[in-house]
Amino acid sequence: MRTILFILQKEFTQIFRNKSMLPIMFVMPIVQLLVLSFAATFEMKNIKMHIVDLDKTPQSRAMISKFKGSKFYTIVNYSDAYKIAENDLKTNKADIILQIPQYFERDLTKEDKASVQLTINAINGSAAGLINAYTFSIIKEYNRNVLMEIYGQKLEMPVQTNTSFWFNPQLDYKTYMVPGILVLLVTIIGLFLSAMNVVREKEIGTIEQINVTPIHKYQFITGKLLPFWIIAMFELAFGLLIAKIIFSLPVLGNVGVVFTVASIYILAILGLGLFISTITNTQQQAMFIAWFFMVIFILMSGLFTPIDSMPDWAQKLNIINPIAYFIKVMRMVLLKGAGFADVLYQITALTVYAFVSLTLAVIMYKKKS
Amino acid sequence: MTKKNEIPANSKSSPLEKFGKANVIITVKNLVKKFGDFIANDHLNFEVYKGEIFGFLGANGAGKTTAIRILCGLSKPTSGELNIAGFDGYKDTEKIKKNIGYMSQKFSLYEDLTVVENIRFYGGIYGLSSKDIKERTQNLIEKLNLDEVKDKLIKDLPLGWRQKLAFSVAILHEPKIVFLDEPTGGVDPITRRQFWDMIYEAANNGITVFVTTHYMDEAEYCNRVSIMVDGKIAALDTPDGLMKTFDAKNMEEVFIKLARGANNNE
Repeated sequence: MRTILFILQKEFTQIFRNKSMLPIMFVMPIVQLLVLSFAATFEMKNIKMHIVDLDKTPQSRAMISKFKGSKFYTIVNYSDAYKIAENDLKTNKADIILQIPQYFERDLTKEDKASVQLTINAINGSAAGLINAYTFSIIKEYNRNVLMEIYGQKLEMPVQTNTSFWFNPQLDYKTYMVPGILVLLVTIIGLFLSAMNVVREKEIGTIEQINVTPIHKYQFITGKLLPFWIIAMFELAFGLLIAKIIFSLPVLGNVGVVFTVASIYILAILGLGLFISTITNTQQQAMFIAWFFMVIFILMSGLFTPIDSMPDWAQKLNIINPIAYFIKVMRMVLLKGAGFADVLYQITALTVYAFVSLTLAVIMYKKKS
Repeated sequence: MTKKNEIPANSKSSPLEKFGKANVIITVKNLVKKFGDFIANDHLNFEVYKGEIFGFLGANGAGKTTAIRILCGLSKPTSGELNIAGFDGYKDTEKIKKNIGYMSQKFSLYEDLTVVENIRFYGGIYGLSSKDIKERTQNLIEKLNLDEVKDKLIKDLPLGWRQKLAFSVAILHEPKIVFLDEPTGGVDPITRRQFWDMIYEAANNGITVFVTTHYMDEAEYCNRVSIMVDGKIAALDTPDGLMKTFDAKNMEEVFIKLARGANNNE
């Protein structure tokens, strides 16, 4: 035990003597939270629309004004030729073209039906889907108005849809993203600090000096692990506080649950990092391997894309993705108020993960070559 | 710096008289280390006596560092017998580690820690009591005249000082044997001389010193010297004995005569 204390003292001295460490600990989380939370959103707020109005009648203008009135659309250009509009689409100046054909109003009043043409830039498929849905609902709204004008009374639809949004009633995307970004924060700091640490001693050569001492492997690994564990836990608390202050992140559940799961999760991540550190010979190798895991784990974790829409094999692969477990826990506890019983599966999975990764790290750390 | 600049008079007396076979502290029998097809250590046989300064010489690539790493338990031998400080070199490596000190050619102190912090850390992981650590730190700082720089980072100290400190830290826990792998590489002659004073002091205090070196004048300071050529021990005797056998004026001539036939010379 006393040996571990000496290692701890040494590690802490080295960590805080490193001048880049404090900015990493305090500035990085704030920047990440601010930038990612505002930038990483699926809401479409600035749909750039190009309008080709070949009709120029009160009815066509009525439709256009519907789009003008929507906060989601910016009308970037009007023109009289589809060619011009198409060029805007090609050069990314517009996301969608609305073309209202000639005789739109005449057809509408005389034949009770008319058509308009929508052309959507679908390079980003999910964005195109959203634009399509938004646009349809606006045209539907327009249709209702036209019907009201014709029949002169309010129409009642036989089936009415009333939607209420649970757990995030304002549909604030940030509320959904911030818990995930907090996970990202502790993961980055934990994984990289630990992955670079032991291998650094290998590079400098001090590991040899450690290896000729009677120190036990578990003492060494514990001494290496604890400082980063404390730092990562602190990061989480710091990040939560900032999220609460800046984004008024709702905290419905018990913060105790969050920190309990975090304490296990960070062990798993540090175990993985130390494992990487013990099997590599240079900091560069360790960096690349840590990045490899980091990118795969983040992109598959459900932080940016819903896990439910991933292919079956990818969903199964998430069994070995610690980030996916913790993000789920964070969202469940913070946004839905889940308790220990609700996240028992995740706790078990992360405990197994921590046990396996730490055991591997201790085994792979060899005092002898 | 240190005032003891003389080599003690007994330095060149025959080890067999002074140390005797009864006090063997390292026994190596038929030690072999292979890296794939390459044989780094080819059936080494030697004994080191308690309290002696044992020089381990050889050209670059002759297999010195490989052997010293095996003796310290950093590397596994391919075959052969090993007994160090009374412990088996295969089974009891962790017990051996309590009884040895090691200073490698690669720098071993933490550059981003201060003098005092390094001493405390190594003392701590060798299990010294806080009182011992405090006392020995104080003694060391006085002995090496480090009072003014004791709170400076290692990276701000000149190389010679670092090497002397690294040696002192390697014997801080008063081991039975200290292994020095080219401890004076890149150090100026005066500091080298002071370093050897420290080695003699350690030996006089009963610590067996096992040292590899490139400098042939240093070889003459040793009680006995072994010279490795191509992974084998080509000669082992007192410096005087070697000079007589090889009809040489100094150790440098001995070394050149032996190493000329080597394949692995750089």
